[in-house]
Amino acid sequence: MVDAATKKTLAAIPLLKTKAGPRDKEEWPMRLKEEVTSLIKYIQNNKEADNDWLRIQSNKEGTRWFGKCWYIQDYKKYEFELEFDIPVTYPSTAPEIAIPELDGKTAKMYRGGKICLTEHFKPLWSRNAPKFGVAHALALGLGPWMAVEVPELIKRGVVVHKDDQPSGE
Amino acid sequence: MSRCVEETSTTISNLRALQQKLDQQLNEDINEKMYWKRKCELLEQEVKDLKSKKTEPVRSKIATMSSEVVDSNPYSRLMALQRMGIVDNYQDIRNYTVAVVGVGGVGSVTSEMLTRCGVGKLILFDYDKVELANMNRLFFTPEQSGLSKVEAARDTLTNINPDVEIHVHNYNITHVDHFDHFMNTIGTGGLQGNSVDIVLSCVDNFEARMAINQACNELGQVWIESGVSENAVSGHIQLIHPGRTACFSCAPPLIVASKIDEKTLKREGVCAASLPTTMGVVAGLLVQNTLKYLLKFGEVTEYLGYNALNDFFPQFNLKPNPTCDSNACLKQQKIWAEKAPVQKEEEVVEEKVLHEEDWGISVVDEEGGTTSEDLSVTEGLRLAYTMDKANNDNLQENLVSVDEGTSLEDLMKQMNQL
Repeated sequence: MVDAATKKTLAAIPLLKTKAGPRDKEEWPMRLKEEVTSLIKYIQNNKEADNDWLRIQSNKEGTRWFGKCWYIQDYKKYEFELEFDIPVTYPSTAPEIAIPELDGKTAKMYRGGKICLTEHFKPLWSRNAPKFGVAHALALGLGPWMAVEVPELIKRGVVVHKDDQPSGE
Repeated sequence: MSRCVEETSTTISNLRALQQKLDQQLNEDINEKMYWKRKCELLEQEVKDLKSKKTEPVRSKIATMSSEVVDSNPYSRLMALQRMGIVDNYQDIRNYTVAVVGVGGVGSVTSEMLTRCGVGKLILFDYDKVELANMNRLFFTPEQSGLSKVEAARDTLTNINPDVEIHVHNYNITHVDHFDHFMNTIGTGGLQGNSVDIVLSCVDNFEARMAINQACNELGQVWIESGVSENAVSGHIQLIHPGRTACFSCAPPLIVASKIDEKTLKREGVCAASLPTTMGVVAGLLVQNTLKYLLKFGEVTEYLGYNALNDFFPQFNLKPNPTCDSNACLKQQKIWAEKAPVQKEEEVVEEKVLHEEDWGISVVDEEGGTTSEDLSVTEGLRLAYTMDKANNDNLQENLVSVDEGTSLEDLMKQMNQL
C-alpha cells in the first residue's frame, strides 16, 4: 500500500514520456536519457530530504544496472550491492531488483536474490506503465522492501554490521 | 686433535639425525601421494560408472510405433487409443515439436508426460539449477542438486524414451541477449525447420510470461500459458492463439478465486508456497489440452481454472482486447479478422473494457477502492487488478524534461558522480 510519505516521494520523481524497451533500437536511447535524468533528480531529492540511500549505474547499453543501497540503524550503515536487468518487455513489466548477497537469508526473496515485492507493486506498475521508470521501481519496490526486511535481518543476526563481524579469516 | 675428532663425530651424528628425519618426511610424502593417487583412481572409476549408467538407455530407438500388445512395446497402450476410436492417428505425435519454457514443478512433469507419450521433439528452456528446496515437487531427485534443470531433465527423459529428440537451452529468456535466440528457436525449431507446433509456458513469474507473449505475438505462435497460485491451492491453463483469443497482455492476469479472504492470507513471512499435487494437476491439464490440440480430438479448452479448496473448475473464453497494449497482438488481431471475417464465437461473454488508457494525467494507485465485484469476470474467476483509472488520487503531473544538448554518456557520468 502506498502511504502518504511514499506518495509525496513518488510525486517528486519525474515521470517518463517515451514508451520504449531495449529491443526498440531507435527509441531506447531517448528512454535511457529520460531514465537517467529522472534518477539524477530522485537521488538529488533524497539528498535534500536527508534520505540518501542508493547509488546506481548501468552498462552503456542501459540493459544491466548495478549499484549500492544502504540502510541506517542505530547509527550504523548497512550496505548492500544491488543489480537487475532490464527485461525485453520493459516498460510493460518492471525490472526484477536483486540483492544477491542476501539470497537464502530471507523468505521474502526469489531465487538469485530477487526481492519479493508486495502484491500492490505490480498492479501499480501496470497502471502507470510506461510512465514509471527505474527510479520509481527503486522508490516503490526496493525502498519499502529494505525498510521492512533489513531491520528483521539485523534482529535475527543474519546481517551483521561489518565492524561487528569477528575479525580474521 | 681430539677436539677435531669430537667435532667431526658430532657433525656425523647430526647429519645422521637429519638424514633420518628427511627419510621419514619422504615416506610421509610418498604415503600421502599414494593416498591421493588412489583416491583419484577411485573417483575416476566412480565417474566412469555413473557416466556409463547415464548414457546407456535401457532400450534402443524404435522406428515406428506399433500397436502390438506385448510387454516389451512401450507404445501399445497409447496406440490402443486409436483402436478405441479416441484418436484418429496417434502416430502423428511423432511429427510434432513442443517447446516447454520453465522446467520447474509444472514444466518438468509436463516434459515427462510428453516424453512418455512419444512426442517427436521437445525443446526445453530454463536457467535455474536443481536445489534441495525443489524436492517437495515431482520429477527431480536429490542427487541432481546443483545440475542445471534442463540438463538433468534431458538425462532422465532420454533414458525414459530415447525416441524423443530433446534440445535444451540454459538461459533466461527475458534477457535482451537471449530473447532473439529464443524467438528464432521457436520460429525454426520444428522437426522440418518449421516453427514449433506449440509452446507451453510453465514459468513462475509475470516477466517471463510477458516475454513468451511478446515472442508468440510477433511470430503468430499458438501457446498455452499455465500457472499455479503462490498459495498453492489454485491453478489454471489458458490457450493463446494470437489474434483469435486474448493474449497475455490483453487484460490483467486472471485469478482463480480461492474463496479465502485475501485479508486473512498471511503473506508477510514468505513469497511462495507449493504443493506437488496442485502442480501435478495443472501439468496434467496442460498436457491433456496439448494432446487434444495436436492430435485433434475432443474439445480444446481456452481457459480452465482449478480451485483446489472447493474442487471447482471454472471455464471461460477470452476474446482479444482491441485496445491491447501489445502492438504485435493488434497486428495479429487484424490478420485474424481478415482470415475469418465472420467470427463464430458461440458463447460471447459480455465484453468489458479492461484497458482504457489516456496517458499523462496522473499517477494512479489502488486506494480508489475497487470492489471485488468490479474484478469478477465469471463465477470463480476474477482479474488480478483493474486498469481502471477512476477514483484515483491525482498527483501533480511531473514529466521528465531531458536536456537535448546533453549526451547520454554525459548524463551517465553525471549520475555516477553524485
